[in-house]
Amino acid sequence: MKLFEYEAKNILSKYGVPVPRGELATSPEQASEIASKLNVSCVIKAQVLVAGRGKAGGILFAENPQEAKEKAEKLLNSEIKGIKVRSVWIEEKLSIKKELYFGVTVDRFQRTYVAIASSAGGMDIEEIAAKAPEKLIKFPINPLEGFRTYHATYMAKKLGYKGKQMLQLASTFSKLYRAAMDYDAELMEMNPLVETVDGRFVAADARLIIDDNALFRHPDYKARLAEEGEFAPEEIEAREKGLAYVKLDGNIGIIGNGAGLVMATLDAINSYGGKPANFLDVGGGASADRIAAALDIVLSNPNVKVVFMNILGGITRCDEVARGILEAKNRIGFTKPMIIRLVGTNEEEGRKILTEAGIYVMNSMEEAAKKAVEVLHQT
Amino acid sequence: MGIIVGKETKAIVQGITGTQGSFHTRLMLEYGTKIVAGVTPGKGGMEVHGVPVYDTVKEAMENHEANASIIFVPARFATEAVLEAIENGLKTVVIIAEHIPVKDAIQIIARAREKGTTIIGPNTPGIITPNECKLGIMPAHIFKPGVVGIASRSGTLTYEIAAGLTNAGLGQSTCLGLGGDPVVGLNFIEVMEMFRKDEATKAVVLIGEIGGNLEELAAEYISRTNYPKPVVAFVAGRTAPPGKRMGHAGAIIMGRAGTAQSKIEAFQKAGVAVAEKPREVAKILAEKLNIK
Repeated sequence: MKLFEYEAKNILSKYGVPVPRGELATSPEQASEIASKLNVSCVIKAQVLVAGRGKAGGILFAENPQEAKEKAEKLLNSEIKGIKVRSVWIEEKLSIKKELYFGVTVDRFQRTYVAIASSAGGMDIEEIAAKAPEKLIKFPINPLEGFRTYHATYMAKKLGYKGKQMLQLASTFSKLYRAAMDYDAELMEMNPLVETVDGRFVAADARLIIDDNALFRHPDYKARLAEEGEFAPEEIEAREKGLAYVKLDGNIGIIGNGAGLVMATLDAINSYGGKPANFLDVGGGASADRIAAALDIVLSNPNVKVVFMNILGGITRCDEVARGILEAKNRIGFTKPMIIRLVGTNEEEGRKILTEAGIYVMNSMEEAAKKAVEVLHQT
Repeated sequence: MGIIVGKETKAIVQGITGTQGSFHTRLMLEYGTKIVAGVTPGKGGMEVHGVPVYDTVKEAMENHEANASIIFVPARFATEAVLEAIENGLKTVVIIAEHIPVKDAIQIIARAREKGTTIIGPNTPGIITPNECKLGIMPAHIFKPGVVGIASRSGTLTYEIAAGLTNAGLGQSTCLGLGGDPVVGLNFIEVMEMFRKDEATKAVVLIGEIGGNLEELAAEYISRTNYPKPVVAFVAGRTAPPGKRMGHAGAIIMGRAGTAQSKIEAFQKAGVAVAEKPREVAKILAEKLNIK
């Protein structure tokens, strides 16, 4: 789950990391009030969960409350990369000497967290890795030991700082690490972490992605996830029913069991010139209820013209799946053509059940994908 | 032969009294897997399909000889169960549960490395050495003994490809599900290293998907070590959109990293044949092994 900048900054601030003074506004009037309270030049930042917000026009500057009001109004009436701006964060503008990067993320290969620092802050981390890999300092964190004070000092020193400034910077690193661990971060970063003209370190922007599987430990955010954020309402509904659903922009509805198999199904549809309308993994034990729920969600997308169901019954029995499909059919009724690929345990019985009900069943995933695209062109 | 599990494997089942645990214990026993004991705290003294149940792993180990554990405990309680298995000296631990937090997985795996325990999963269908031992939830009838080693990040896709191999007369030495999570106990390189040493394995199939860079690193390893056995790869998610989690917690393209294209190119650069569709894997492999 991605957190908004202001949420990440509030957390950092709670852990003692200096952040620019600022407040959240949902109306231009509020923005003006906050700007007059701050009483300095301000930055007005759209709170949207997309990368590259600055380049997309989501960050504006204001010299006085009137200007803050106008700029906030402009942002609040706009969309950034297709996402409507619901709130803006207004904060004091910093006097920047240098922009740094510091973050903690997961290293899948090492199976550890890794701390990453760079003197080339401001760009996104992949860009730094591509353009200035020599400016990237990576420190793998031993899980049984953690990121100790001296590890942080070592990284601050490598960035070229000395004495009191080095210790201040190291302390900022340690604090972010503690926050990242406490919040089950998949990624937490300060980018840029600004060295101000007067030599302080301030987190000018912050990002926190919480591990979805750890949300049960963070109930406040779990509750917020449903309200607004990165998921379409159907995606949240699916998640509540234990289905993994991702909406796409094509017109062939896809249902399958197993994440890898469904991804391979999307790829097959594409290779035959079709465009999938979604990804949907019903998971194990495709009971009638789950199949019906899956069909409900897929058919709720008006773009869907054809449905392709790819089920490989392993432990799940095909006759059970077939009965599930029939039950779902009776319950919600299909008006769209449907291609079913059904193989695995008890496949003969499963196929018989469906064929007798007038539903055509195929054996090969590749042939069935091809057929789905053909049927689409006939409709 | 094969890797990690075989005739000598004696396993305990943690979470044996639950619906999943009990169901799959029956299937594993039917397959011939030696299940010596089960563990469910609070259910000590029971029997499940003739297997005695204990409250703790420690008690199970005092009464039986075991070298592996398969864990059916749900995600919330799985971390404790795995740590208990590691502490009691079990050499192989299979974690079926999906949705274990990454932070916990990192802790578990660090502890396992310290103790010399091999972790398979989390979020894995498990491991099978056909006709010897099945420590997992995969449908057994798909697999036949043979020369192909499979390492995969996905469950049903493995069944799809393994069924294709079996139909083409290509049996398997061992099939192992690495797990669909971002952080898992074994990666492609470690498994390939085991397949390299395994005499029964004559060829390797790698089934990858979007997210992370384990496939790229495997490709680099294959060319660096001049890997001695033919390798065929399949990568799912060529058309997956960036920034969206495709079912598995680990299947996500972050920014520009973790795309199928990057993995496919890396494999091809390393001389690995990449199948475009699942059913092509068997065909390519048969050609490589000169089987008509």
